[in-house]
Amino acid sequence: MSDAIVSIRDLALGFDQGGTRHEVLRHLDLDVPRGEFLAIVGSSGVGKSTLLRVLMGLSPPSAGRVEIRPSRKAERTAALVFQDARLLPWRRVTANVAFGLERLNLSGAERRDRALQALARVGLREHGGRWPHQLSGGQRQRVALARALCVKPELLLMDEPFSALDAPTREGLQDEVVRIWRDQGVTVLFVTHDIDEAVYLADRVIALGGKPGEVRSSLPIDVERPRRRGDPRLQVLAEKIKRDLSAEAASREDWSI
Amino acid sequence: MPRNRAAPFILGAGGLAAFLAVWQVAPSVGLVSSTLLPKPSDIPAAFAAEVRNGLWLEAVGLSLGHYLLGLLCGGTAGVALGIASGMSVRFELSLAWIVRVLRPIPGLAWVPFAILWFGVEQSAAVFIIAIGVFWIVFFASQGAIRGVDRELIEVADAFGFTGAFAKLRKVMLPAALPGILVGLRTALGQAWMSVVAAELFGVAGLGQRMTQASSLLATDIVVVYMLTIAALYGAMDTLFVFVQGRLLAYRP
Ligand SMILES: Nc1ncnc2c1ncn2[C@@H]1O[C@H](COP(=O)(O)OP(=O)(O)O)[C@@H](O)[C@H]1O
Ligand SMILES: [Mg+2]
Repeated sequence: MSDAIVSIRDLALGFDQGGTRHEVLRHLDLDVPRGEFLAIVGSSGVGKSTLLRVLMGLSPPSAGRVEIRPSRKAERTAALVFQDARLLPWRRVTANVAFGLERLNLSGAERRDRALQALARVGLREHGGRWPHQLSGGQRQRVALARALCVKPELLLMDEPFSALDAPTREGLQDEVVRIWRDQGVTVLFVTHDIDEAVYLADRVIALGGKPGEVRSSLPIDVERPRRRGDPRLQVLAEKIKRDLSAEAASREDWSI
Repeated sequence: MPRNRAAPFILGAGGLAAFLAVWQVAPSVGLVSSTLLPKPSDIPAAFAAEVRNGLWLEAVGLSLGHYLLGLLCGGTAGVALGIASGMSVRFELSLAWIVRVLRPIPGLAWVPFAILWFGVEQSAAVFIIAIGVFWIVFFASQGAIRGVDRELIEVADAFGFTGAFAKLRKVMLPAALPGILVGLRTALGQAWMSVVAAELFGVAGLGQRMTQASSLLATDIVVVYMLTIAALYGAMDTLFVFVQGRLLAYRP
């Protein structure tokens, strides 16, 4: 696929643990078209976070090819939002958001301007002077999102970013991410174990399964936007993915006996 | 639990007053001889005499100099080596046995070498104080760096701060700061103990003055300097806690 921003071919990755090799991912192929909102689902431990770490260059794959093709000379190609916001507690909100800019050759005023812009985008402009511990869980996650957006990434990776939040906060943030994705033309890889969340957000949902993990299915979500929560078409798609994954889990339990 | 803001102060003052009362009464009723334990009421006069003859100010000035320089040298070396060995396992392993050999040697045992290397000079006292400070700060810094949350270090990596120095500056040092400060605060007290020890062998200062006074059985003067140390330590510690509060203002 020529217009893919990410293409992964035959990726494998494992860890050595106490002398035995523990394969986490294998034979993984994935193309992500530029601008796509892709959700990645799969049970816990299947290697979703590991896949994102590979894309961030934080873990080297043991085999295969990972290519990321930025369209322009980007300041930073990919940015990651962690499950727990991981703000730096000794920095005020604005300084947390500006963190990734400190590698770049910008003046303090420019950094501040960009951080405030990013904060405004997530609706927290007034909170720039607070310490992270003074924010709610949802606000912290918004700041983490602003920190990632601030470096103007072409690829936004999100690792179960809203799983620790209560339902209303989570739904608000989901809509915010969709809005940002639409406005910024950024490609999003959104990892979640919440399948309803995946089908509501994404253009396409891929399911990882197996041990070592592989891509088990790839399902386009052909439902026009703006979407409505509880749309029966989304429910049908979610049910299908859930069935695939529970069949998968059942067969895995057989193995482990 | 104390209910109002004055309560901690009142309780503290009450405890101190009770302590002084017992101390005053014990020699007065002949429980102990007043040569062995001077009465608190004798202390102000002894203090005034020491100040008048200029010995107090001189001793305090010299000792404060030893103290601050020893703290600075030992603290700097302790923080630097502690951080380096906390960041690099190889460095830590190569230091491991040097540390095990040197660590248990008490500051006083270094006196012969301090005299040989520096003479009976100020720098000898500074050296002995610095050694005591060094170990405390070294272990505190090493532990604090080692204990930095890996997940925060990963944030540095994720945003492109991949070099060791960038990581140290952006994440590890600020994250380790609370632990390093705890070490420095412990060293603040330890260093005063070393001051007295370091001045026992002839370097001028309040330790030397205390030794002179005790050999003349002028126990009231000894107590004057004990209280002087307590007051100086109290002032330093209060100042330190204030600065620490400023540096760690981000904490709830
Ligand atoms: N640094 C590591 N060393 C050893 N094993 C690891 C490491 N990181 C992850 N793993 C293992 O890889 C597997 C996949 O982990 P992860 O990608 O976090 O799963 P997921 O995000 O899908 O829940 C797990 O079995 C985990 O124990
Ligand atoms: Mg995970």
